[in-house]
Amino acid sequence: MAILNSNIPSGPVAQKWEKHKFDMKLVNPANKRKFDVIVVGSGLAGASAAATMAELGYNVKCFCFQDSPRRAHSIAAQGGINAAKNYQNDGDSIYRLFYDTIKGGDFRAREANVYRLAQVSVNIIDQCAAQGVPFAREYGGLLSNRSFGGAQVSRTFYARGQTGQQLLIGAYQALERQIGLGKVKMYSRTEMLELVLIDGHAKGIIVRDLVTGAISTHAGDAVVLATGGYGNVFYLSTNAKGCNVTATWRAYKKGACFANPCYTQIHPTCIPVSGEHQSKLTLMSESLRNDGRVWIPKRKEDCRKVPHEIPEEARDYILERKYPSYGNLAPRDISSRAAKEACDEGRGVGPSGLGVYLDFADAIKRLGENVIRERYANLFDMYEKITGENAYKLPMRIYPAVHYTMGGSWVDYNLMSNVPGLFVLGEANFSDHGANRLGASALMQGLADGYFVLPYTIGNYFASAKQPKPKADHPEFKKALDDVQARTKRLLSIKGKRTVNSFHKELGKIMWEKCGMARSEQSLKEALKLIPALREEFYKNVNVAGSEGEFNQNLEHAGRLADFFEFGELLCHDALHRNESCGGHFRVEYQTEDGEAKRNDEDYAYVAAWEYAGEGKPPILNKEPLVYEEIHMSTRSYK
Amino acid sequence: MNLILEVWRQKNANDTGSFVTYEAKDIIPDMSFLEMLDVVNEDLIARGEQPIAFDSDCREGICGTCSMVINGIAHGGLRGTTACQLHMRHFSDGDTITVEPWRASAFPVIRDLVTDRDAFDRIIQAGGFVSVNTGGTPDANALPIPKTDADEAMDAAACIGCGACVAACKNASAMLFVSAKVSHLALLPQGKPEAERRVLNMVKQMSIEGFGSCTVTGSCEAVCPKEISIDFIARMNREYGKAILKNRTDSKEGA
Repeated sequence: MAILNSNIPSGPVAQKWEKHKFDMKLVNPANKRKFDVIVVGSGLAGASAAATMAELGYNVKCFCFQDSPRRAHSIAAQGGINAAKNYQNDGDSIYRLFYDTIKGGDFRAREANVYRLAQVSVNIIDQCAAQGVPFAREYGGLLSNRSFGGAQVSRTFYARGQTGQQLLIGAYQALERQIGLGKVKMYSRTEMLELVLIDGHAKGIIVRDLVTGAISTHAGDAVVLATGGYGNVFYLSTNAKGCNVTATWRAYKKGACFANPCYTQIHPTCIPVSGEHQSKLTLMSESLRNDGRVWIPKRKEDCRKVPHEIPEEARDYILERKYPSYGNLAPRDISSRAAKEACDEGRGVGPSGLGVYLDFADAIKRLGENVIRERYANLFDMYEKITGENAYKLPMRIYPAVHYTMGGSWVDYNLMSNVPGLFVLGEANFSDHGANRLGASALMQGLADGYFVLPYTIGNYFASAKQPKPKADHPEFKKALDDVQARTKRLLSIKGKRTVNSFHKELGKIMWEKCGMARSEQSLKEALKLIPALREEFYKNVNVAGSEGEFNQNLEHAGRLADFFEFGELLCHDALHRNESCGGHFRVEYQTEDGEAKRNDEDYAYVAAWEYAGEGKPPILNKEPLVYEEIHMSTRSYK
Repeated sequence: MNLILEVWRQKNANDTGSFVTYEAKDIIPDMSFLEMLDVVNEDLIARGEQPIAFDSDCREGICGTCSMVINGIAHGGLRGTTACQLHMRHFSDGDTITVEPWRASAFPVIRDLVTDRDAFDRIIQAGGFVSVNTGGTPDANALPIPKTDADEAMDAAACIGCGACVAACKNASAMLFVSAKVSHLALLPQGKPEAERRVLNMVKQMSIEGFGSCTVTGSCEAVCPKEISIDFIARMNREYGKAILKNRTDSKEGA
């Protein structure tokens, strides 16, 4: 069994972080340059961490598979970033953001981490404004806010519908500045394929240069993974095509526990699937629900009618009806399930019947088309490009899609995994969102981890662990390099009859149908039979084009998919073991009479941290109990 | 619908490359251009051939990864649209479509339609930032910024760094890209202290990278998927002029 110590500092929740910052050991400024830090991933968490550590004086090597760090998938976040600034004087506070996040996460997140997240949220906005992030402003020159799901205050900062882009560009610019100063060495188009441990500590990685195909080793005093989420295990998701689980999965196979993989977020407002060719799904920001009203026809017979021919009394505003106090801003998991139920009843709209309306007619009547255009023009444009429909005239059609993954590498309060020296940040870790993430909280967490948490805690590791410098000729590096080469050769040698993409699509279908928005013991057991069978076929019948010593996107995809196969099984395994419904994990056996998620705090108020037990052996379950000292665990109600 | 594709195939940077003809069959209007290429690639792999290499990631028009010249126009000619957001409903059955990489000596071809755009990152390294370290920054509302300035800065900051402006320019100039960053930061009070150094250093780096000169034909603006205005080029020229006059010594070494 792994030893999981959350290392939560003692004392009242509001003082834990202050106290911890004082208690942690420091590395003196002149000594920082003696430490080499490897950062994998250059999204909000990775770029902010790499830049900040370089500013402090550490030597940083940063890796990304994209052609530039500016393209990491954080860039696609649309709506905004939460911060407890209370600029609107509407009753917000650090405590309220903390409370909303814990409740939104359906009481499956760690209190101490979430409190710290709410605390540093205010610094993030200051930092980003100082970098020149062009946040939306009021005429008086002060920052503007909007509301997001799961909150009754206006605390979301935004830059049109491109908040993720602007925050990432801010972090990217800070990173490029350090690259220019020689404190960060950047490796773009370079993918991490293995983690290297020496004497139990993370000391390096094996990477493949995606242009030349060369495989090489990199040694460091610590390894930081900021490699994002695993939504693409479902094939269709709002993630970028390149998003993958490989880094955290490789870490898992080297002993780093993987926590709560079954907590996957299905976002309610995505553009519906249009056909078999679909390669990815596109999100329509949650911010649209500030002004859009979700409805479907009351009667099945009306579903094929033109929407404005359906009179008001024949419409069912599902969220407003079911959740009057939060209405269209009910949290994501709840809104998604409402849409799914409606479509399951046969009341879905659009050609596939898998869609609900998101209607702006009332808002346009109330505020004028110009105001709506000002707020959401880029989203309306994107919608028109994809569907060919004008949402100023016709309601949008939306349907839930996989969007974010709350699970990830298990980390302690210091964001260090159970492998010493291996830190995991942002979406790649499991820490702050429990079983469901609230809108505008992912950007907050990524930047909190990278700007304000890791730079402190990594110093504490260096100062207390006092590990020898790794040598690049250590046999562990050679061994890991050989493993990577063997895996690559194996994939290329099969030369079967099916394409990599066809396998990925099939895996995605299994995951979505058996382990998507609604899961049951039966469906999960089926998935656990289907996935290994498909994986076996993959290793017999896949056809990976080209060779290893060249730019080869098909080989990249095959390697990522190979890890998704193994990981998908763990996800289903976790979903099967968790005999309750909570947040994004909905087990049909566990629901209230009116169809809401039914938690089981008695038996499942813990973090499920899965440990690799070796090839062909079932994973070992480690439990980190969740203790709520501040907030009373209650049934989530948004009614 | 069925289409004929003339696709640029080039094994690596040293290969000369050439157009190769492919058929794209049973393409439906709801597919994006890249999904159409996915279909062609699946077919090529099944036939034991090498798929067409092309860059893409978010496929929702924001990451700036996708980059291809379609029928002679960067990103395909639909206003304000990246290749990934160009849908096949804009094409007709029987069309012949040519597909090429960005062509600029500062963006060498890696393979087929994939180019190396690291030059853009190096231009940002030269000055496309505000020199603030993490921490110790004032309250975000301590410095009010007129809404019009913030909005205009956002117009410039919307650049996705895809490089279409360079691909469209007969001189392969990077002026639209550089001016967007210079303007974004020059419009905001946070960017003011370094405004002169920034513009001098970024322009200098742009020349070092081998991008050509700007003759204000506006072809960059016409293809920009984020519709960045060439007014920003005028703004950058003004910033540059001011900086040159105030920093005569710098300018001798610099631009």
